[in-house]
Amino acid sequence: MSVRVLVAKVGLDGHDRGIKVVARLLRDAGMEVVYTGLFQTPETVASAAVQEDVDVVGLSMLSGAHLTLAPLVVEALRERGSDVPVVVGGIVPSNDLDELRAAGVAAVFGPGASAEEMVATINELVAARAG
Amino acid sequence: MSGIPLEAVYGPPDGAFPGQFPYTRGLHASMYRSRLWTMRMFAGFGTAIDTNRRFKEIIAAGGTGLSTAFDMPTLLGLDSDDPMARGEVGRCGVAIDSLADMRDLFAGIDLATITTSMTINSPAAVMLALFVAHAEEAGVSRARLGGTLQNDILKEYQAQKEFVFPPRASMRLVRDTIAFTAAEMPKWNSISVSGYHIREAGATAVEELAFTLANGFAYLELAREAGLGVDEVAPRLSFFFNAHIDFFEEIAKYRAARQLWATWTRDHYGAIDPRSHQLRFHTQTAGVSLTAQQPELNIARTALEALAGVLGGTQSLHTNSMDEALALPSEKAARIALRTQQVIAYESGVVHVADPLGGSYFVEELTNEMARQAEVIFDEILAMGAGSMLEGCIRGIEENWFQGRIADSAYQLERSFNDGTRIVVGVNDFLEGNDDKDLEILRITNADETRQRERLASVRRGRDEAAVSAALETLASDATDPEVNLMPALINAARAQATLGEMMGTMEKVFGRHVEVPTL
Repeated sequence: MSVRVLVAKVGLDGHDRGIKVVARLLRDAGMEVVYTGLFQTPETVASAAVQEDVDVVGLSMLSGAHLTLAPLVVEALRERGSDVPVVVGGIVPSNDLDELRAAGVAAVFGPGASAEEMVATINELVAARAG
Repeated sequence: MSGIPLEAVYGPPDGAFPGQFPYTRGLHASMYRSRLWTMRMFAGFGTAIDTNRRFKEIIAAGGTGLSTAFDMPTLLGLDSDDPMARGEVGRCGVAIDSLADMRDLFAGIDLATITTSMTINSPAAVMLALFVAHAEEAGVSRARLGGTLQNDILKEYQAQKEFVFPPRASMRLVRDTIAFTAAEMPKWNSISVSGYHIREAGATAVEELAFTLANGFAYLELAREAGLGVDEVAPRLSFFFNAHIDFFEEIAKYRAARQLWATWTRDHYGAIDPRSHQLRFHTQTAGVSLTAQQPELNIARTALEALAGVLGGTQSLHTNSMDEALALPSEKAARIALRTQQVIAYESGVVHVADPLGGSYFVEELTNEMARQAEVIFDEILAMGAGSMLEGCIRGIEENWFQGRIADSAYQLERSFNDGTRIVVGVNDFLEGNDDKDLEILRITNADETRQRERLASVRRGRDEAAVSAALETLASDATDPEVNLMPALINAARAQATLGEMMGTMEKVFGRHVEVPTL
């Protein structure tokens, strides 16, 4: 069965170039991709992830709000009883990586991350969760 | 440097020269020899008080123009205490909630002598109302205010995605600002038609050129519907283009843009005034071309891109900082970016001769080819609009045509990076050095968000609620009648200290909200 990924834009950041390109690259790698559209809240993303029964949630964040919003998405998922891993892509300074990991973010893809790197990391996360 | 005397411009005796229709070679006969481009750097962060301090530094350093960056909640018409604003207040720009913030933003700055550019779109009419209300309170009449409102809503739906109302309602607000500024603010540029964001979202150079000019034509048609003549409106439109890394293609793009605008405004829109034919533009180097790997290389990329803008005849220029793939620019990185422009202006000598590449077989052919390809896209948009560029642009947005083309181009480019057919130094080749120590970057804390929310709470406590309600009721009733210009009701509400979010919310009840159908 192919890996199912929900890609989401949380908050007010309208930059959707990256998320659309990544969604297509993940599809090229055989994954099923669902896109939430713009201006989602942590709650709507978590609900969609549970409803769509996805294996991974990918957040695209370029406005600097990642430290506020990414932990809220993880929290909203866990409140709904979901242990689905959350990954973040976009403009994330390396100094913020520890804080994001501590908040439960499973992986961060910075600018210039390759398609192979993203696909490999997602597959590892899915395999680890399946145990 | 060797003392060879230089003419202001070169060309064959019977050839086209800068300063002559169709202005392919530049708007002015002597270009930068008589006046350099404006080095307009964009600034804004935190609260209005913080940004006011930065503005005063810019003025003290000899700046004569201010360019305001707003935060995401402000750009989307939300107050700082809106639940959707969490984590975003004061982060990408300054937070403006009400007249009180406008007073802080421009405290001690003489708006009769300084021009102000405001980069805002969906709430552009509201921001203009707040600005006029503040200026008049400070004793400067609206007729004396000089500046630019970005106010280019079409590219928001196509590319930048900071939209609020559905396209047709938004265009009514644009029409109202065009008509209001044409009648009452003779020194104000009503729209900065922007290709920058279209390109950043993934469009090719030709798509950036064609979509941007098509949007410009659409605004001319919108103004015509409001009873304004092309020569009343066209001289008040300015343009804003990207400077990407493909050097000659960018130069050809600017030359083609001038040529197309001049011929189309004359031949299709009947413009007679030469100022209507002249496409004036601001340039910003390409944020998307910058890399997080070996970020110092971004100085070289930005220098090449800025040089393309200068050789293409730009009127003003913003150079990006080397750290922008990592964070908002640090002070040092922003200074290096400005200094890069100064090296081009004062050291390189490229300013001595207008359009130095004019007559190059390659550049002339590339210019003509880009213009030809743009005309093909114009035809496609006109076909969508049954002969109307305005209708074609709106239909193209409603049917995801622009968005789809931009996403396709972004995907194709990314594929070429992934399969190595295009090289990005430090990203898919020449990786030695990628493990170097990180740059010092700017950190923004959540303290600004708290301060701004407290400020807003005190505005709400201190105002006359009955006056606010009355002003918002007038706005709501004016909004229901499409024939009424909303600017007077907005200025009235601004004076009553209604907030940005309240004014936008009042209009949203009438106009509804735009939801983009998510497509991949």
